[in-house]
Amino acid sequence: MEDMIVDARGLSCPQPVLETLSAIKKFEEGSIIVLVDTTTSRDNVRRAAEKKGFKTEIEVSNGGEFRVKLSK
Amino acid sequence: MTKFFSSKPGIVISGAVIGLVAVLLQKFGNPANMGVCVACFERDIAGALGLHRNAAVQYIRPEIIGFVLGAMASALIFREFKPRGGSSPLVRFFLGMFAMIGALVFLGCPWRALLRLSAGDGNAISGILGLFSGVVAGSIFLKKGYSLGKSVKTSYAGGLVFPIFMIALFLFLIFRVSFGEGAPIFFSETGPGSIFAPVLISLGAGLLIGFLAQRSRFCTMGAVRDVVLIKDWHLMSGVTALVLTALVTNIILKQFHAGFVLQPVSHSSHVWNFLGMALAGLAFALAGGCPGRQLFLSGEGDQDAGVFIAGMIVGAGFSHNFLLASSPDKLSEAGTILVGGPGLFGKYAVIMGLLFCLFVGFTMKSLKIKKGE
Repeated sequence: MEDMIVDARGLSCPQPVLETLSAIKKFEEGSIIVLVDTTTSRDNVRRAAEKKGFKTEIEVSNGGEFRVKLSK
Repeated sequence: MTKFFSSKPGIVISGAVIGLVAVLLQKFGNPANMGVCVACFERDIAGALGLHRNAAVQYIRPEIIGFVLGAMASALIFREFKPRGGSSPLVRFFLGMFAMIGALVFLGCPWRALLRLSAGDGNAISGILGLFSGVVAGSIFLKKGYSLGKSVKTSYAGGLVFPIFMIALFLFLIFRVSFGEGAPIFFSETGPGSIFAPVLISLGAGLLIGFLAQRSRFCTMGAVRDVVLIKDWHLMSGVTALVLTALVTNIILKQFHAGFVLQPVSHSSHVWNFLGMALAGLAFALAGGCPGRQLFLSGEGDQDAGVFIAGMIVGAGFSHNFLLASSPDKLSEAGTILVGGPGLFGKYAVIMGLLFCLFVGFTMKSLKIKKGE
């Protein structure tokens, strides 16, 4: 199954978290990739996902953006 | 270090330090129950610049300058300085303007509401309940898909504009620049604007708070919003630490006076305390952060936050020019209490602001986010 991608770059707080939680609701298997561009969003998404029982991995791209991978 | 500040102890320590520093600023000379008040201090800056002519509230507050520059220093050190903007700037400007009008009807921002509470001012309670209601309303809009749209990366220089404005203000302050006879920069000779801690102490306190808050993402509005929306108590634990530390420090420094009567720069028109802060809370929620947080974001290069603050400063000008801001309760010469409250047109302005926020909340929606690619 393809990963779900949530592109939350450029959105202000708390929209990246809300988008992530809405993707988590639809999640069945595989992983969810959340794209964010600030450290605040990165931290908030990670905290919310971990509270929902997901493991998180974070990759930084060259432009200083973050790719947060959520998996069970 | 980044991990520490995003942890629970990190946010609790940040909140506690802010509470302690704010109360100490009063000991060092800031007005009573106004160790740090973003709305009041931006109002004083608006006055100093001549955007309003209320002679009692004119001073360039170094705390505000410190907030922005401290946050900027932290963002630069930890590579979090990201120039960005373009997310509905005009709407943010008006949200800032109405947030200030609401805050000046209550007589304080969320930070001062908490500090007033921790000093025993019971009138803060109706304001805090209003703030809570406004943030809850904003959170409902967010849940229903409200959004001001995405910001985009901008040039590095764009991110420097607001911090440079702060440096210019600091130069105006220390050189006491005058642009002519009877012209700004104004400095109050009486009233709250004439009461302040030494410049370097205020600036140092601002820099410390700005640095810590940028690291920990401290936000008084976000605290309520996160509890309501996602049952996340992280930011709220910082806010609780602020109140408890300020309470204990006020008791130790004998600055705690419980009651509703004649509290410093405070009025007991509870309906308007409630509605003023409901307006401010809703505007903060729709704009994504409390006024302190907006200052820290502007230090990170977020120009939308800078536009919100510009709106607040203009809102402060309007508040005093158009007789919107409240006056505090006073003791008459005969010894009776004169209850204060909104200025002549303040009530209408609050209602207009609430209507504006509802219009924004109902009409601004998120662009569809791509999924499953």
